[in-house]
Amino acid sequence: MGTTIRGKAYVLGDDIDTDQIIPAEFLSYNPSDPEERKYFGMYAMAGLPKGQLGLPAGDVRFVPEGEFKSEYTFVIGGKNFGCGSSREHAPLAIAEAGAQVVIAEFYARIFYRNCVNGGYLLPCESVERLVEKVKTGDELEVDIEAGTVTNHTQGETYQVKPLGDIKPIVDAGGVFAYAKANGMLSE
Amino acid sequence: MARPMTMTEKILAAHAGKTEVTPGENVWVDVDILMTHDVCGPGTIGIFKEKFGKDAKVWDNTRIPIIPDHYIFTAEDKCHRNIQILRDFVKEQGIKYYYDPDFLNTEAGSGMPNPYRDPNKTSYKGVCHKALPEEGHCRPGEIMLGTDSHTCTAGAFGQFSTGVGNTDAAFAMGTGKTWLKVPPTMKFTFHGDIPAYLTAKDLILAVIGRIGFSGATYKAMYFTGSGISSLTLEDRMTLTNMAIEAGGKNGICDVDEKTLEYVRARSNRPDWTVYTEDEGAEYDFEAEWDLGSFEPLVAAPHSPDNTKTARECSDVKLDRAYIGSCTGGKITDMIFAANILNGNQVKIPTFVVPGSTEVHSDMKRLGLNGEPVGPGDKCIEQILVDAGCMLGAASCAACLGGPQDTFGRLNEPMNCISTTNRNFPGRMGHKEAGVYLASPLTAAASALTGKVTDPREYVSEPIQTGTAGVC
Repeated sequence: MGTTIRGKAYVLGDDIDTDQIIPAEFLSYNPSDPEERKYFGMYAMAGLPKGQLGLPAGDVRFVPEGEFKSEYTFVIGGKNFGCGSSREHAPLAIAEAGAQVVIAEFYARIFYRNCVNGGYLLPCESVERLVEKVKTGDELEVDIEAGTVTNHTQGETYQVKPLGDIKPIVDAGGVFAYAKANGMLSE
Repeated sequence: MARPMTMTEKILAAHAGKTEVTPGENVWVDVDILMTHDVCGPGTIGIFKEKFGKDAKVWDNTRIPIIPDHYIFTAEDKCHRNIQILRDFVKEQGIKYYYDPDFLNTEAGSGMPNPYRDPNKTSYKGVCHKALPEEGHCRPGEIMLGTDSHTCTAGAFGQFSTGVGNTDAAFAMGTGKTWLKVPPTMKFTFHGDIPAYLTAKDLILAVIGRIGFSGATYKAMYFTGSGISSLTLEDRMTLTNMAIEAGGKNGICDVDEKTLEYVRARSNRPDWTVYTEDEGAEYDFEAEWDLGSFEPLVAAPHSPDNTKTARECSDVKLDRAYIGSCTGGKITDMIFAANILNGNQVKIPTFVVPGSTEVHSDMKRLGLNGEPVGPGDKCIEQILVDAGCMLGAASCAACLGGPQDTFGRLNEPMNCISTTNRNFPGRMGHKEAGVYLASPLTAAASALTGKVTDPREYVSEPIQTGTAGVC
């Protein structure tokens, strides 16, 4: 993963649970099948209730109807992002739609772990609450080494917390790559 | 001497080959049991094969129970196909503990399967978190991972158990290992005996209401005190089951004679260790309750921490009641509900789904007091059906919505009172449906009135559950 990532932001509220990210009715697709996997992109964020799709407007789809890819690179959340089930389909769906980074105040732990160990998304923790500062469609750029997020649309800069313990796994690209690099798994 | 430790810390230390661990420390541990099911199994198997090779063997085919339970009773071909993926993998790997829905034809276009005719005569079990202890996979002192957030249920047996994603499961499937951050422990003490009008569901809703549904994020939730000792193992499972609803990494209870009796009767391995909390162990948070001070609770839409008393919600009109799931579909839950519904008629459509085929079998075998029915007495199943309930086959069913044709799924906006565990928007189907989480007593009382109803209007004497759910 490069040290800077730039793209558009999609803004959500607090307590975005895995049923909102990818509703249970779509879990019959097999993520290990390349053709079926694409559908997780199509249905990413399909469980968001009315008024909560892309804040502050609340009526902006993450992925256009009938399409597989999102125009958004960043997902911005508030507290407790990714709570609920252990389904790895959640970070996978966001990544499959094309997003690369989630920035939230804090995460439910299984979602966070799945982001990191599966190498799907970079889960950043914001120092301040961004849900009311960033608007859906704003152009953001995260500098992972510097721990900063620049909002090119609003002309603001925000801080994100250091990755800490999980940095070696993020840098490796997931737990398998990390374990191989550290001699825990044979090549 | 090692620092005083909690049960969770001791289990993680032992499995990391260390004499002590400290909260916040990352450790690699040996896993005892890895469970997967039909929703996350195919993805896990895919990653396992991609990363370890198509001819790779699992680390231990006696320690990977595979329990299909989520999308069984649906006509959707992809769900049937996923069962076939499990069947093929089980055969290829020689997986010893697999609980096949043997009535299910996986050919495309085979439609809605006809359920088992006799719950005693099928290899199928139903909801994994209920089947795991029934089939002897839960033991004190062990580490269990499962590809389901409610894997924390097994902590009722004094073990460390937590939910993981497909990648972590695939890693453990090949290596028998995972990395874990040692969680700080929160201690919840309950004093006194549980009153007749409460179940463990009310206790855990109170806990989540108090700390918030992210209040235990990354933490262990330890439940103790005379109030917990007084609970059956099944009711303790209701407590630990919902640890995840406060964000908890795991929930855990002390091991006592009830635990040992259950595990000795069920376990297929003799080698396990009982850990206890050390005097002086450090807690991140402590709270105490006197069970006599409680009243029946619900969690109103759309969050498990939106706790209110049932009385406060007495004007909420309901369209449906649902009694089922790993949280509220055990045999003791069914006995609780049956004691209120016995001889009455439900006022709203009421769906009952046994948590497992063993629960279903016990519903046919046992009566209101949890003992086998005598001649002329009604069994639990008959009581519920006579009260007007619709009975489904053992499965996760509508707890998580699932495919559109799932039994009991909320396919339109409505209010439902449910003994399940989660009430986020869309959890049971429709995004605009409102789910009230409640105990089986409160759900049954509400089914009779069509409004959220305090079960004290229907129950005064303690409900006996006998040896139901134990032997």
